[in-house]
Amino acid sequence: MPSKVEKWKDEVYGNEIREHLMEFAEQGWDAIPEDEHDAWFERFKWWGLYHQRSGQESYFMMRIGTPNGVIKPGQLEVIGEIAKEYATGPVDNPEFGEAYCDWTTRQSIQLHWIKLEDIPEIFEKLEAVGLGTQQACGDSWRNIVGCPVAGKDKHEHVDAWPVAEDLHETFKGNDDYSNLPRKWKVAIAGCDEGCGQGDINDLAFEPAEKDGELGFNVRIGGGLSRKEPRLARDIDVWVPPEQAADVAHGMSSLFRDYGDREDRFNARIKFLMDEWGPEKMRSVLQEEYVDFELPTAGEDMRDQYSYNTGSQDGHNDHVGIHEQKDGNYYVGLNVLVGRMGADDVLELAELADEYGSGEVRLTQRQNIIVTDVPEENLDEFTSEPLLENYSPDPSPFMRGSIACTGTEYCSLSIVETKNRQVRYARWLKDNVELPEDHKDFHIHLSGCTASCAQPQIADVSLRGMKTRKDGEPVEALDIGLGGGLGDDPRFADWVEMRVPADEVPGAIKNLVNNFEDAREDGETFRDFVEDRDEETLAEMVEPEETDYHDPYMHNTKMTWYPYAEDDDMQSSPAPTDGSGEPLPSDD
Amino acid sequence: MTTDVHQLDDGAWISVNDSREVNVSDLWLLARSDFCGCETTDFLAEGFVKVGVDYPDIQARIAGQCIACGESGVTDWLTVGRVVDPDSGEFYGVVHESVHFPEKRTRLARPEE
Ligand code: HEM
Ligand code: SF4
Ligand SMILES: [Zn+2]
Repeated sequence: MPSKVEKWKDEVYGNEIREHLMEFAEQGWDAIPEDEHDAWFERFKWWGLYHQRSGQESYFMMRIGTPNGVIKPGQLEVIGEIAKEYATGPVDNPEFGEAYCDWTTRQSIQLHWIKLEDIPEIFEKLEAVGLGTQQACGDSWRNIVGCPVAGKDKHEHVDAWPVAEDLHETFKGNDDYSNLPRKWKVAIAGCDEGCGQGDINDLAFEPAEKDGELGFNVRIGGGLSRKEPRLARDIDVWVPPEQAADVAHGMSSLFRDYGDREDRFNARIKFLMDEWGPEKMRSVLQEEYVDFELPTAGEDMRDQYSYNTGSQDGHNDHVGIHEQKDGNYYVGLNVLVGRMGADDVLELAELADEYGSGEVRLTQRQNIIVTDVPEENLDEFTSEPLLENYSPDPSPFMRGSIACTGTEYCSLSIVETKNRQVRYARWLKDNVELPEDHKDFHIHLSGCTASCAQPQIADVSLRGMKTRKDGEPVEALDIGLGGGLGDDPRFADWVEMRVPADEVPGAIKNLVNNFEDAREDGETFRDFVEDRDEETLAEMVEPEETDYHDPYMHNTKMTWYPYAEDDDMQSSPAPTDGSGEPLPSDD
Repeated sequence: MTTDVHQLDDGAWISVNDSREVNVSDLWLLARSDFCGCETTDFLAEGFVKVGVDYPDIQARIAGQCIACGESGVTDWLTVGRVVDPDSGEFYGVVHESVHFPEKRTRLARPEE
């Protein structure tokens, strides 16, 4: 029997949701019939709107999909203005103030506290500069990710940006693919660093050479969610750039037709891959969905991949100053946990205009890159005061930190994430010394098993849990070690479970010290973990209270907003009307 | 009116008549369950896998973990609340901190669609 969500999708889905959304926005929150809330909120996701968690009713998270993370000249200013004008909630965030943008691990943008009534104005402003929220959430082609410096990078073999842009234009708003069984995540990259992170996407195009021609090998079925992480599998197909869209049509049609619509937990293509294996996947694609002979895989470049590999050389992220192939430079700025205040966004937009081309790009490590900076502008740009907080040369603990949304807004969450990770990073920076030869050390914190912060591919993986301390329930984290991508990608081993959140910084400190003592000369952290069994590693973690203070131990999910002075669920002002005034609640 | 129950957002919460009523991240104490070896399971709810109505009970099977011993899995059917008067549709949640007794399924009066 098709799921409830499928039934709602059959009634109204895809592009047509928009006119309903606009009508509701016109009339206000109360216009959504009470017995249709669930159906409409499920549908609104397709237009990038996610109803915030319990206690924050009538407020939405809005996601703007920027393919490949490319924010064209003129767009960043508009994003900053929208954040400043519309993304303010009833209470400020103590670390980030009243309005901010989140740069996400899939190179998109998230705004919070958006009111239904403001959506038409916001859409108008976004669309006037070529931005949009279409298909940013929901069961369809999501934002396409890739190497954020596509078209600029010296390590590039195929310029994947025009291909990504073509896929974006072909599959956004395309009625044939607007109602898939589940989300459909695509990565495409043409560089030999591996920064597309294709291995954790549903459909990945990776650079490969065949008979002297450059194109892409195709992998299918990656994903991290639930406790079922999968690496995308090689289906032995190569495509030239001009046929990437044909294979994408074929694969997403296959998913549309064969994906499981009865059980949403089993719907992602990774589960179909479990069932079929790569040979059958390839043959069904060939026989039913493409009308040309699929070439077998070409020679890939995976042995050169360095992105998020823990190798300590090459290109573990895009932070720093790097020369482009046109002789200009790109300057990758570290944005701690991906969150940037709206005023800072506006200032950065000005700086990007002044020193570069006005273009910026988002990375899958929640950072932002200012591109096209001529050499003669570098000194002046990097001495701008804004760059003290968004440094091109930060401490490894600042630069390696990723955190998801967590209990601040997300209904699936178990623990507080972003503000905690900010505090962790600061404490680690001040209290922990990495071995001299370790410039990269990735710590990813996800508030639950959905794994939005991609914890399984970090040196230290943190995942939301609970435990009891002196009998009282407190927020806790599972600790995993040694994950990363590259030629030989590896998911973290979960070695120490349910560590109270205030003992995690101490645990990391002890781990780093034990690593320093026990490692062989030149051994990287990732190799070190790979060579040891779980028990040995668990002994090295040693959770411990330190002078680190954690203000979020107290089950923040049970508050209406973790940072409100009166955080009691009953004290929530939500739902509110278009101007933020509390409405009488339904119960 | 019939009572409309489903799990949404990948099992993040249970909706009863279009109102968010039961959320993940709460701790439930489970007794007489064979979920794990503990006398009472100190169960962290991480996702609602199945929901159903066995009038007047709203029931669910929940994915999660015993935070005392670490065993993880899916519970048997648990009563998470009641809708006593289907006409008003009003939901009364159980107190999740008190002790609960998961049931091997009995028959489901009306499973979720
Ligand atoms: C309102 C907050 C959010 C909610 C409710 C939410 C919901 C979810 C859910 C339910 C999943 C697991 C489902 C699945 O993968 O099949 C998931 C996975 C994921 N989400 Fe989110 N999410 C939120 C915020 C974010 C953010 C901020 C990002 C960053 C772009 C993000 C990116 C991802 C990623 C990368 C995964 C892992 C998927 C995979 O690799 O399989 N989500 N999210
Ligand atoms: S990992 Fe979990 S808690 Fe974090 S944003 Fe994703 S769904 Fe929410
Ligand atoms: Zn137990």
